[in-house]
Amino acid sequence: MRKVKFYAGAAVMSTALLLGACGGAETEGNNNSASSAENAGEENQQLQGEIQVDGSSTVFPIMEAVAEEYMMEQPGVNVTVGQSGTGGGFEKFAAGETHVSNASRPIKEEEVKALEEAGIDFTEFEVAYDGLSVVVNKENDWVDHLTVDELKKIWVDNGETKKWSDIREGWPDEEIKLYSPGTDSGTYDYFNEVILEDAQIDKNAVLSEDDNVLVQGVTGDKNALGYFGYAYYAENKDNLKVVPIDGGEGPVEPTNETVESGEYSPLSRPLFVYVSNKAVAEDEAVYDYMKFMIENAGTLSEEVGYVSLPEEEYQSALEKLEGLKK
Amino acid sequence: MESAQKTVHTDEVVKKIPTRLVKNNIYKTVFLLATVVTSLVLIVLLARIVSQGAPYLSWDFFQNFASRRPEQAGIKAAIIGTIWMMAVVIPVSLILGVGTAIYLEEYAKRNRFTSFIQMNISNLAGVPSVVFGLLGLTIFVRMFFFGNSVLAAGLTMSLLILPVIIVAAQEAIRAVPNELREASYGLGASKWQTVLRVVLPSALAGILTGSILAFSRAIGETAPLVVIGIPAFVAFLPTSVFDQFTALPMQIYNWTSRPQEEFHFLAAAGIIVLLVILILMNSVAIWIRNRFEKKY
Repeated sequence: MRKVKFYAGAAVMSTALLLGACGGAETEGNNNSASSAENAGEENQQLQGEIQVDGSSTVFPIMEAVAEEYMMEQPGVNVTVGQSGTGGGFEKFAAGETHVSNASRPIKEEEVKALEEAGIDFTEFEVAYDGLSVVVNKENDWVDHLTVDELKKIWVDNGETKKWSDIREGWPDEEIKLYSPGTDSGTYDYFNEVILEDAQIDKNAVLSEDDNVLVQGVTGDKNALGYFGYAYYAENKDNLKVVPIDGGEGPVEPTNETVESGEYSPLSRPLFVYVSNKAVAEDEAVYDYMKFMIENAGTLSEEVGYVSLPEEEYQSALEKLEGLKK
Repeated sequence: MESAQKTVHTDEVVKKIPTRLVKNNIYKTVFLLATVVTSLVLIVLLARIVSQGAPYLSWDFFQNFASRRPEQAGIKAAIIGTIWMMAVVIPVSLILGVGTAIYLEEYAKRNRFTSFIQMNISNLAGVPSVVFGLLGLTIFVRMFFFGNSVLAAGLTMSLLILPVIIVAAQEAIRAVPNELREASYGLGASKWQTVLRVVLPSALAGILTGSILAFSRAIGETAPLVVIGIPAFVAFLPTSVFDQFTALPMQIYNWTSRPQEEFHFLAAAGIIVLLVILILMNSVAIWIRNRFEKKY
């Protein structure tokens, strides 16, 4: 009797688990197809397909918004968006595992080489701007702006700890605590390109892949200085003070206007999307998705905390995409 | 009387009683503090997560896909994806794990080779989960062309928890007294009949307890999923094991890294759901142990 009970118990448990899995999925699936049938009536052309998007976690919110909106129009197309980071995304792109790769910096020489070796032709599109924001603690009342040279002096490693007084006369004799995105991120790569210029970043700097850690760090330390994407500053305006940057033509604070106009230089950066030419030419869904993305990237990126490109940029991007179709 | 006084020096004892009592109290306080500190950390963590996440727990939260708008975002794809993944993990890891344990305990001869296997299994249990992720990426995603599908993730997770299941099942099988086997042989049963009808039923409670604890590890792991490239945004449900999916830990990980605070609250809500699932599974494990475990 006992043994029978054991078997029964085990069998019931496992079947319940399995049935639970399948049953749940099935009913959900039915709901889906019902709603897609509804939508099908409204749309003229319903596409089918799968689109894999991966890459920069900075671009992720834009792509998530695009995918979300797109799947409402084309429920037959399954779009997935990953966040493996700019470099990780290109690796998957070269392995042929993704159709679209997001990047928060332009593609690197060696990544181009890897793609060439894999025989993947690609096209680069800009989707939005991001203003890398240099921030200090709210209680920091001495920093009114920083020049690019000062930034460089602060961030490049010179073997010793730097004090605010080393940077400019009259600033306090306190050690500067530095917070930077991790070296795997496109944000770091961009900062490296325009500020560090391949010099070693200060070895005392705290590096983190999670920008929220940087926000916490700068919020909690009066002598802290950090930088990250504009969206993270915009969300934490109450706790952080943004530093206007002087790129040679007077201090400019990052705002939607100064980033879009390019006035906030050199720290405003474009965000990129790379797409496989073959996928656009052969897969109607990928082409349609890219078209939808370019048409909506402006509004959607504003909505998730980035700055849209000027309208003409999107127009020329559309033409570029049409060119790939032929 | 005299000899008793010699072994127990009453005066000495009386003299030492106060210091002993003080020592006693000191250690008591130290251990109490240790308990309080650990529970406090846990309580603070839980209180924070519940206070942040609870307002976001609604029916919609379970019914909606991920979204850029926090108020519309939900965990439908993540929770169904996790269930799909477990539908691969549970049979694969149970069959392979219990099979290995039966072989090692019942059939294999004790020689260098089996002790070598044994040692490797124990070592594997301590390998960081990222390493299993890399293994999964190389073998299942790339070599077998499974892509970042339910199957690839499920097999990777199965490998991750296999050592734990094997060791648990071995312990359970070893706990079955030899007399039972011998009695079975004595009645003319073959080895396989003995294993199937005597050993396994007696060991089942132990095997299930260990396995369920291992399954809860598979549900909570994030690192292997990140490495094999499970996407964070998926707004459809898998229809087969070859489909792409996302899982609960991936969704939580994604939300915590977002700039907007509302997403952090959503992550907290996701963590509550994950915690409830884990607590439920662990309770089942404890229940099975208490209800079915036999003492010999």
